[in-house]
Amino acid sequence: MGALRRYASSTAAVIGLVLLLVVIAMAASAGWLFPEDPLSLAGAPLTPPFTEEGLPLGTDSVGRDIAAQIFHGARVSLLVGVVATGIAIGIGILVGAVSGYFGGAVDAALMRLTEAFQTVPSFILLLMLVVIFGSEVTTLALVIGAVSWTAPARLTRAEFLTLRSRDFVLSCRTLGMPHARIIFLEILPSALPPVIVYVSVVMALAILQESALAFLGLSDPNIASWGNLIGDGRRVLRSAWYVAALPGLAIIVTVLAISLVGQGVNDLLNPRLGRR
Amino acid sequence: MRILRLVLRRLSLSIPCLGIILAVLFFLLQLAPGDAVDALIGQMGTSDDTLSKLLRSYYGLDGSVVGQFTGYVGRLATLDLGLSIAYGKPVIDLILERLPVTVVLMVTSMAMAFTAGCVVGVIAARYVHRWPDTIISVLGMLVYSMPSFWFGLMAIVLFAVTLGWLPAGGISDLRAGHTGIAHLLDMAKHLVMPALTLGLIFFAVYLRVMRTAMVEVMTLDFMRTARAKGLQERAVLFRHALRNALLPMVTIAGLHASSMLGGAVVVESVFSLPGLGRLAQEAVVQRDLNMLLGITVMSSVLVIAVNLVIDIIYARLDPRIDVGA
Repeated sequence: MGALRRYASSTAAVIGLVLLLVVIAMAASAGWLFPEDPLSLAGAPLTPPFTEEGLPLGTDSVGRDIAAQIFHGARVSLLVGVVATGIAIGIGILVGAVSGYFGGAVDAALMRLTEAFQTVPSFILLLMLVVIFGSEVTTLALVIGAVSWTAPARLTRAEFLTLRSRDFVLSCRTLGMPHARIIFLEILPSALPPVIVYVSVVMALAILQESALAFLGLSDPNIASWGNLIGDGRRVLRSAWYVAALPGLAIIVTVLAISLVGQGVNDLLNPRLGRR
Repeated sequence: MRILRLVLRRLSLSIPCLGIILAVLFFLLQLAPGDAVDALIGQMGTSDDTLSKLLRSYYGLDGSVVGQFTGYVGRLATLDLGLSIAYGKPVIDLILERLPVTVVLMVTSMAMAFTAGCVVGVIAARYVHRWPDTIISVLGMLVYSMPSFWFGLMAIVLFAVTLGWLPAGGISDLRAGHTGIAHLLDMAKHLVMPALTLGLIFFAVYLRVMRTAMVEVMTLDFMRTARAKGLQERAVLFRHALRNALLPMVTIAGLHASSMLGGAVVVESVFSLPGLGRLAQEAVVQRDLNMLLGITVMSSVLVIAVNLVIDIIYARLDPRIDVGA
């Protein structure tokens, strides 16, 4: 209860949570509010917003309902965000924990690997993975996760480095506990808070990367995603700029909401760093 | 001498890093359906077994995996990146043709984001927890959440379509046929919006780092000393605080070199700039894996080079840094 009240004391964190709930509600209600295929024709092409009943946000260059695409697009963005973040955090924790716990040659090797992945521009690596594995939406979520694990790995490693020589870890070792048990059941719970805070950064970046791929026309063309809609709006930018503008606002709201919630959780978990 | 030692030490660390990158990329290529020869044959529209055998031995693709790997590393080390299947030209030529635009774009936007981030960050730190700081923080948050390509499109709508102040895309106006200084000015005009678009998200990052670093530095003892000896507030801020706060800024700039290069892909596409990023996008559309591989390797080399330059700047800023350690 105390934690909830402390979270609620930050206006920014509350705004973030409300916005995030709105986006989740959009994703949840998409099938019910817009039961038809969002990529089917709904009216005359390039109907401006607020001019026709039943088409509140107008239509795109082909005549597809923009509001329906934005609601269904929320599903894609959240799906990609959650799956990619899960994978990135999973790999990051595994690499960081093993690296920080064992140290020595294992640590050196894993950190060289992490550095290599940080050196290759992740978006260009992403392009390569898309060419090799295809651009189906679940594949996209997987490959975005596969290029985003380096920062969580470094964070986890740093925590493990400070925790591994603590008394409770030494006593676990003396008891003869297996390494895996010490790593995941004993140290990991104490190492998690900074990594949890980083979840919001990874998720925000994953959503932005998917939308950038879709904008370039390299994502799944058969789904309604915000990036796809912006890419379509680009072709009619001079005459109908709202087609590109509206889904962009949806991306901003989503990413902003995730960042604000992340900030709020950060203040909650690291109260000393919070207000300075 | 100190700088030279630093360069040598960094290079000795970069070579294993590059080796790992090559190994990972090689592994990925093994997962790709078909190899370069399949793609070439597909391009020619024939299916001749003897020809594909001949091509495979020519490209060294018929040996063992280990043999293929050593051949691949050897070719990359001599900058022989093979032929682009889509363009029918050597990949290295295409990359070198496109590289200058990307480098100019990156340097311009990094300089813009860095300068603006410093100035605005100092202002925020100066008025920490008062209304200018709050407004700056909110703006920074908004900018950070904005997809760069969307900002670019909206800038085109405003500055090119509605106001007509700036060109909507391209690197220069070919019809005008400018030469000399007029040509350079024309290119600068074409670069304003792309550099702004690419730099925007990094501006938000630098601003936040600068604010935190300044707030941190201003609590230190030597700041109180500077104030106590009667220095003006401006001198305290710029001579004493700023120089120390710049160190974390420089570190962050190095960390972002690779994501900036990734961002350039998107921005070059928005403004149809003929750079490396646009080449990468074309490579994906054409399924030209060989060219994409070359671009990935060369962009990693570019990131290593940028980091080397940043290390040198860092060493100049902070003479305490011991390069031997």
